Amino acid sequence: MTPLAKYGAFGDEMGLVMAFIIGIGFGFFLERAGFGSAKKLVSQFYLDDLAVFKVMFTAIVTAMLGVTYLAWMGVLDLSLVYMTPTWLWPQIVGGLVLGVGFAIGGYCPGTSVAATATGRIDGLVYVLGLVFGTVVFAEAFPLLKGFFYSGSYGQQTLPGVLGLSYGVVVFAVVLMAIGGFAGAGWLEKRFARPASQQ
Amino acid sequence: MATTTTQPLAPALVEPHADAHAHRHAPPAAYMNPYLAGIGLGLVLLAAFVVMGRGLGASGAINAFVAWSLNLVAPEHVRSREFLAEYIGDGSAHPLKAWLVFEVLGVFAGALISGLLARRVLVSVERGPRASVALRLGLAFAGGATMAFGAALGRGCTSGQALTGGALLNAGSWAFMMCVFGGAYATAWFVRRQWR
Repeated sequence: MTPLAKYGAFGDEMGLVMAFIIGIGFGFFLERAGFGSAKKLVSQFYLDDLAVFKVMFTAIVTAMLGVTYLAWMGVLDLSLVYMTPTWLWPQIVGGLVLGVGFAIGGYCPGTSVAATATGRIDGLVYVLGLVFGTVVFAEAFPLLKGFFYSGSYGQQTLPGVLGLSYGVVVFAVVLMAIGGFAGAGWLEKRFARPASQQ
Repeated sequence: MATTTTQPLAPALVEPHADAHAHRHAPPAAYMNPYLAGIGLGLVLLAAFVVMGRGLGASGAINAFVAWSLNLVAPEHVRSREFLAEYIGDGSAHPLKAWLVFEVLGVFAGALISGLLARRVLVSVERGPRASVALRLGLAFAGGATMAFGAALGRGCTSGQALTGGALLNAGSWAFMMCVFGGAYATAWFVRRQWR
């Protein structure tokens, strides 16, 4: 049965080795996709290259189908996979603020590490910005605490919120992704940049 | 690292076995097909679920790093700061001996491996034709600081919430993800001089 770590297949030290190995895979595919480059990442927001959407949603669908299948086979106990509880209001505001930071800085935390690894100075400066912002947030926390814990709904899944079965939601997400990929192709043609500007 | 641009052409011309080194002067490889890269990323995420029972992340590692480094200079202060104190815990475990910290070290190594294989490792500042280095680095810093606030409020970033929570059909993560795209699209036009 899996998750392996929850069934005591290995201890904490080995878990850190696993974390490093899984991280290597994560960083490898981020860089392969071009996500060590802010230019590539921000093209998502100027609509001429929607690789961010394509990669993200393909990854979400792949992992979602894998989890669904393994759980259905009885190989993976989904109740033992950690899921962050929902704090709706701070997550909505946090998402918006994070999006603003993404457009301004050109990276998100994971991709800025990939950018730094491949020599991008702007990636390194972005990481320093992350450190600075984290210190400021920690100092301002007493002021933000009330909001930080607002809208607490515990662990909530889309099937639960929508009142639909797990399988139906999985199927809907797959359909949405396929529709999104077709739409992305159309947008890329519509907003293509002349070769002279690339 | 910046061999592709700083390497003079001359050695390739005078070296008798220039062909053997031709790859050093080859241009960077094209990026992987986004759908293939997405499948690869999805399988890595699935492996994290199956092996560890948790998904991927990045911003949590920054929090642990900040907590650890401030703990070195001002331990009393960090313990009084609720947001960071949880990363220090009761002091029995090293703050950096954490899943996310090791995973992010792996991200660095994995990206470096991929970049080297594709000849994409280059010391440079990415910016548009009309943007100065100072503008780009200033906005990179400001964007990072803004992102840290968003990730702290949202309990995670693009990795921990959007990717991981997205695949687990976590309702809060999906709300978060929609807002990430909304915030980015609303902002991109104002900072377009950086890139376009």
